[in-house]
Amino acid sequence: MTTALPRPAPAGAPVPPRRRRRRPLRSAAAVVVFVFCTFPVYWMFSTALKPAGDIQTDEPKLVPFSWTFDHFRTAMAADGFWLFWRNSLLLTVGAVLLALVVALAAAFAVARMRWRGRRQFLLMVFAAQMAPWESLIIPIYIMYRDTDLLDRLPALTLVYFMITLPFTIVVLRNFLATVPPELEEAAQVDGCTRLGAFRRVIFPLLAPGLMATSLFGFITAWNEFAYANFLIINNQDARTLPVWLTSFQNTFGTDWGATMAASTLFAIPALLIFLLLQRQVTSGFASGAVKG
Amino acid sequence: MSVIGQRPRPAAKTGGAPPARGDEPAPRRRARGSGWWPYLLIAPTVLGTAALLLVPLLRGLLISVQDFKLRELVNGDAKFVGLDNYGTLLGDPRFWEVVRRTFLFMAVNVVLIVGVGTLVALLIERLGRFGRTAVLSGLVLAWGMPVVAATTVFQWMFHSEYGVVNWALTSLGFDSFDRYAWFANGTAAFAIVVFLVVWQSVPFAAITLYAGLTTVPRELHEAARLDGASAFQTFRTITFPMLRPLFMLVICLEVIWTFRAFVQIWVITQGGPGDATTILPVYAVQTALSAQRYDLGTAASMITVLLMSSVLVIYFRQLYRQEAEL
Repeated sequence: MTTALPRPAPAGAPVPPRRRRRRPLRSAAAVVVFVFCTFPVYWMFSTALKPAGDIQTDEPKLVPFSWTFDHFRTAMAADGFWLFWRNSLLLTVGAVLLALVVALAAAFAVARMRWRGRRQFLLMVFAAQMAPWESLIIPIYIMYRDTDLLDRLPALTLVYFMITLPFTIVVLRNFLATVPPELEEAAQVDGCTRLGAFRRVIFPLLAPGLMATSLFGFITAWNEFAYANFLIINNQDARTLPVWLTSFQNTFGTDWGATMAASTLFAIPALLIFLLLQRQVTSGFASGAVKG
Repeated sequence: MSVIGQRPRPAAKTGGAPPARGDEPAPRRRARGSGWWPYLLIAPTVLGTAALLLVPLLRGLLISVQDFKLRELVNGDAKFVGLDNYGTLLGDPRFWEVVRRTFLFMAVNVVLIVGVGTLVALLIERLGRFGRTAVLSGLVLAWGMPVVAATTVFQWMFHSEYGVVNWALTSLGFDSFDRYAWFANGTAAFAIVVFLVVWQSVPFAAITLYAGLTTVPRELHEAARLDGASAFQTFRTITFPMLRPLFMLVICLEVIWTFRAFVQIWVITQGGPGDATTILPVYAVQTALSAQRYDLGTAASMITVLLMSSVLVIYFRQLYRQEAEL
């Protein structure tokens, strides 16, 4: 663990020298935190790029001097890689779009209208956000089995939609709250219908919020493993990337280069989104208080 | 969700809460918003929640009071057995062992996550521009790493023969780690799962707490320093009390998210070796799908839900203090 973090300095020392003395300590701590955070990611990338001979040695090479793309080729040529990639993408995009449309309507009702039951509805959304999904696998499995929905991608889409929906509502509601209602009213005065005012005035202003929430939803659905693993059983062609990744590792148990290349291919979209949206990631979610 | 049924507490009652926000401006558009529009707009959300959250929950409750094994799964017509399944579970020492381990797992994780997260947040606040950007990027990178990908990487890093961790430990002189099989030893496997969960969760805690730290007025810290307070005293008497609600939120969320460690455990060890990494959600799935005791597994899930909703109650009380205009 990160044991090298700075301990509070003992009391009593005069202030200025203490502060100056602690600067190197701080930098050292920062380096330790940075290395701890990034090393596993780096190790995945670098293993994927190393020639097989450099991977299984008694002395791991921390910096890959010779590179190869062989492992990526192995991973991509593996059975069904593109199929599972497509499955994951369809599932995720379907769930996110569905959640966006449904959440936009609900967020608008909550942020812009007063009605009886509004508080109770919001309470339900907050509760759903914390839903114990890990504990509902068995009932959902049985329900889906009874209705012949097992082994089907659309059924999985529905679960992912529900997992991402509450978070999307909460964040969109916060974004809507920052758009002054006067803008909308002005448009209506100018002869727009309520829907027209929404489409022409609010929607463009909401674009960043929609982007941020859909990317969060994308990551949640892209990464989901438990439901994909237990609801897709017989129809192996309907598997998703995370499930494929774990089975890939079992099949090619000794080929760590290919396994790390497969992990890299799977992780890249999520990593890119997080890095590109660093600012939104670090500020936007605080209001919605949900991890990706 | 026992919480849904409760009537929300009036937000105004939060006497000791931080800065009182003025009352909500009178809703000007009360007249316009009424009608059936809002109900139409929330209908899909309500339907979705009912169908995919409420119904499974009720179905789970139902199964947990039935005799539901493989035969009943195939033929239907399950008999009601009252609380027998719960009785069986509560009378099973293995179940209690799992409950004890779940709490231990939760406690260790949450203490480490919040502790390390706080230290990292304090560190980020004190860093210069460059260091801050670098550490924040590192945190975001760890945070964005998909759970399954991170899990495979940890398996590789802790590989007994070619793992980089064993190599590093051996090079540092800990010769006992030469070809040490981490996943064969219960305590070691447990430690790795904890390490993995902490590694994935610290970014959220650290960044959230750092965002909170930036809202603490600098003058307060300077005043404390002039009065001769140590860094620790300043934190204990100024920073922590001001951020107490935020700490409570982070702790509640991390407790609930600890159950999401299901995936990491399932992929790495499936609860093994022996039972060393079996926590409640893993136990439930093992019992239901491997042993085909759907009734017992579901009963264990319902107990999990009950435990989690008690955390939820605390979470909601905290949320009320934060969200004035809920």
